[in-house]
Amino acid sequence: MIGPVFCLMLQTRLAEHSVANIFDPRATPAATEKNLALFTFSITGGIFIVVAALLIFAIVRYRSRIPNDLEEPAQVYGSGKIELAWTVIPILIVFVLTGVTGRVIASIEDSPQPSSATHITLVGRQWWWEVHYPDFGIVTANEIHVPVSRSAQDHPTFFTLQSADVIHSFWVPQLSGKTDLIPNRDNHIWIDPREPGIYLGNCAEYCGTQHANMMLRVIVHPAGEFEKWAVAERTSFVPAAQSNPGRAVFESLACVNCHTVRGSVAAGRFGPDLTHLMRRQTIGAGVVPLTPKNLRDWVADPQEVKPGCLMPSMNLSNTELTQVVSYLEALK
Amino acid sequence: MASVSSALVPPVIDPAQWKLPDRGIIGIACLIITESALFSIFVVGYIFYIGKSLNGPYPKDVLHFPVLGTIALLSSSVTIVIAERALEHGRRALFQLWWIVTILLGAFFLGSTAMEWHQLIVNEHLTISTNLFGTTFYSLVGLHASHVIVGLLFLLLVGAVTLFGFPIETQKRRVMFLSWYWHFVDVVWIIVFTVVYIVGR
Amino acid sequence: MGSTDYPLDRQDAHQDVHQAIRPYVHSDKLSFSDALYVIVTTVDHKKLGLMYIVASLIFLVIAGLMASVMRLQLAFPNGHVVSPATFNRLFTMHGTTMVFLVGMPLLAGFANYLIPLMIGARDMAFPRLNAFGFWIFLFGGFLLYFSYVGGGGLQGAGSAPDVGWFAYSPLTERAFSRGLSTDYWTLGVLCSGIGSLASALNVIATVASMRCPGMTLSRMPMFVWLMLVDSWLILIALPPLSAAQIMLMLDRYLGAHFFDTQNGGSAILWQHFFWIFGHPEVYILIFPAFGILSEVIPIFSRKPIFGRPAMVAAAVAIGFISLSVWAHHMFAVGLDSASNIFFAAATMMVGVPTGIKIFNWLATMYGGKLIFRTPMLFCIAFLFQFLIAGLTGIMLGVTPFDWQLHDSYFVVAHFHFTLVGGFVFAIFAGMYYWFPKASGRMLSETLGKWHFWLMTVGFNLTFIPLHFVGMMGMPRRIYTYPYGRGWELWNFVASVGVVLQLAAVAIFVWNILQSLGRSDSERSGDDPWNAWTLEWATHSPPPEYNFEKIPVVYSSRPLWDLKHPEDPDWEFE
Repeated sequence: MIGPVFCLMLQTRLAEHSVANIFDPRATPAATEKNLALFTFSITGGIFIVVAALLIFAIVRYRSRIPNDLEEPAQVYGSGKIELAWTVIPILIVFVLTGVTGRVIASIEDSPQPSSATHITLVGRQWWWEVHYPDFGIVTANEIHVPVSRSAQDHPTFFTLQSADVIHSFWVPQLSGKTDLIPNRDNHIWIDPREPGIYLGNCAEYCGTQHANMMLRVIVHPAGEFEKWAVAERTSFVPAAQSNPGRAVFESLACVNCHTVRGSVAAGRFGPDLTHLMRRQTIGAGVVPLTPKNLRDWVADPQEVKPGCLMPSMNLSNTELTQVVSYLEALK
Repeated sequence: MASVSSALVPPVIDPAQWKLPDRGIIGIACLIITESALFSIFVVGYIFYIGKSLNGPYPKDVLHFPVLGTIALLSSSVTIVIAERALEHGRRALFQLWWIVTILLGAFFLGSTAMEWHQLIVNEHLTISTNLFGTTFYSLVGLHASHVIVGLLFLLLVGAVTLFGFPIETQKRRVMFLSWYWHFVDVVWIIVFTVVYIVGR
Repeated sequence: MGSTDYPLDRQDAHQDVHQAIRPYVHSDKLSFSDALYVIVTTVDHKKLGLMYIVASLIFLVIAGLMASVMRLQLAFPNGHVVSPATFNRLFTMHGTTMVFLVGMPLLAGFANYLIPLMIGARDMAFPRLNAFGFWIFLFGGFLLYFSYVGGGGLQGAGSAPDVGWFAYSPLTERAFSRGLSTDYWTLGVLCSGIGSLASALNVIATVASMRCPGMTLSRMPMFVWLMLVDSWLILIALPPLSAAQIMLMLDRYLGAHFFDTQNGGSAILWQHFFWIFGHPEVYILIFPAFGILSEVIPIFSRKPIFGRPAMVAAAVAIGFISLSVWAHHMFAVGLDSASNIFFAAATMMVGVPTGIKIFNWLATMYGGKLIFRTPMLFCIAFLFQFLIAGLTGIMLGVTPFDWQLHDSYFVVAHFHFTLVGGFVFAIFAGMYYWFPKASGRMLSETLGKWHFWLMTVGFNLTFIPLHFVGMMGMPRRIYTYPYGRGWELWNFVASVGVVLQLAAVAIFVWNILQSLGRSDSERSGDDPWNAWTLEWATHSPPPEYNFEKIPVVYSSRPLWDLKHPEDPDWEFE
């Protein structure tokens, strides 16, 4: 029983970064992107100041001071030299910016994968995230657990991004920019979070009714603790049917068509894996925090909590509801 | 204005000498350009999906060169030019003859496409929803065939006008535009033929 | 100078002609059914131009109100003014309407009304095609909005499309988009696209074949030049969208698999096709704005446009480059690094000719005598806002930066700076500038200044903060957001700005109505701005035949020549 308790303790200990600012990066891809962003800002900011100043000067200096002045100013048609200057200078700026951009693109997209990397296959679904750890045989949802990494070559996490239905997009601003999860295609992305903590992200490609509530969190474990989490996650702690009457109710209902609880007959693949449901922080891909009351409301009528989501309302009686919830609450 | 000194009198422009292109030529050229853009997307779609079908039938198993249809369509481009020449020289009967030949050749092409589709659908069980090959094949060839149909309708219209004795000599410009369109449909066929029957096989 | 008369020299004989057709020119003197008859049957470029503009302004108000509802929803976290599905329909309809039923017809309207007048022609090259284009555009608009009634079949009232204006596959496939709403979107846009193609073809033929004697290409007004390049762009860039939409319909109705990922189809093929259209489309919308600025700024600076040849060359360059930048909308789909670098470079390269344009407008103002009437004010605000839009565009072109900014509110802010701060502001400038020509009446300058200041403050209040929330991680197209992400303040400020913008547009509408309705509103005369292009040489409003006598021009500023016989432009050409 150490595993679940440890996990719950860990999660309360980790600081949650609620403001996911792209200028507060905690991993190499996001940090590189931030540096390039600042470089771009300084160039475009410089251009803005120069042009805006010229514009303000023109407005102030050349405004017509005499009402109904009929005399026309000198008619100037153009000047080849000046025009050449403001053609050539921008071209030079573009060359510089393109060169820098190219280097950064290559450094992020073509980064080599060390053998110490953790592998995750992230599958986007309407409207939640399925997280596979092929090396550990773990399947979980909406919360991605990864190890902390001192450098890009230390313990980075490499993602394979897929989609089961429409296009979604992975975006955790403090760790990495976006890459889409596209059906019929594998995309790749990597992160090397430098600091333990909880990082928030969202689906960033419009994917249907509940796109807004397709949130995800990346939980970065301190050194050495990710492995402990993985071991705990691989085992399952399904309560016996005798001790928890909710299990029989759960397994007799349509729940099992969509949900998996490892170690039981529930092996559905359409909904999130519930084996360790109570270790998660939220329900419905972040729509509400996971509390007993919210869990009960959710099971009673998901359409009330997350209108349009693909989990139907099961019309459970009060007793059934209590039993199912008590079973779910035992899935630690 | 009489006070304007003679040094500042603008160069004389004679409106009678002011010649601009015929708006009809510009119009038909624009139509052909925009249609080309439309076709090129379908061609790109076809090329993109070559060899990506998940299941058969595959092009190399079921496609045969539509030789006769192609010959008919390409020669109709020649016959329409002969017809146009005849019209220019005022030889009405000759124009009618070659015009009808053009229509027949176009119709033959459509007929051969119809036979090919019939064969593919009934014998090979390839429909637009069978696989990606079916999807792209019927869309591209069908888009072209629909242009042939539109062309044929206009050819028939001109044919009817001249056969019922209305003066066609006053409509030389419009006949010319129609023949441009017909040539365009022909050129598209050459591209479609190359992509579908040569590259795609 | 008998053979070289300008149309300013009115001939008495023409007064009779003018009187004779007067009843048909001023339809307000007709009964309702007669007016309707005139509207339905007209092939006159000016009436069609005004019909385009009025129709698109109505759609502008509808789509603007949709945006206001969305801002109301997002003013506070966890907002629930409308349901998620309704919100998704709102942004889909807002985007689709603004691009296809406001932007495209507005540019068609200005082009139709102005081009024949500016090049000294009596009508467009194909007047009936022109009428066809208008009616099929309007039909497309009705079809799109009919989805509110028929989108879900008979039981599904209120089911407008909810797939976004970009309609990414496979969300649009039958499996994920049931009912008919996506079909209404497809067919509605397809129809309005045919209208746009018709009017683009017409503009090209008109410019090529209908110019008055002496109006060489190098003497053409800048607005006409930009509309010419614009029309070429429409002709080449719109068919890819139509083709993709035909493919989508084949998928939905005949079970084809173009974008059907479950049968091997590609999800990103649609994105390629859509953005091959979609990015040039942005330039298609901004070119008329460039054209309006290039007419208005010289008049209110009292100087000719600076570097005319460079301005034309820059427009052509933008047209060409814009055809090769589409994948900068797709930096996040996982293209290989070489493609990403190419599209980043091409995207930034567009900034060069765009920069040339801004510098040339600036240089036009230098050394001039700037007169700050309402049209000029809108142009100046345009310059500031479009400068910001261009620079944020460069940021979005820097691929790694875009990986962070893509599909965040930063992008929303960026393109509203181009399309509202740019396009709409230029359209307002054009409205104030040419309204006297079309109506013979002035718009109130006082109301105009109120309109301008409320609009400028409101616009910036709404869209500057959206840059910030985007950089703080707020994605686009979300119907609500939780409390505590740091987005609350900026979203609230943005929503407040909307109130000012709504007030500004209301003042604008009131300004038009009071000018047309009141018998004592100020009359404009034929040439209220002391302008230089041909449209100001005829009456206000212009008669059905535009010019009593087809003019002959000798320079790019025919009326300057006329007003300054001692210093004509043609001396320097």
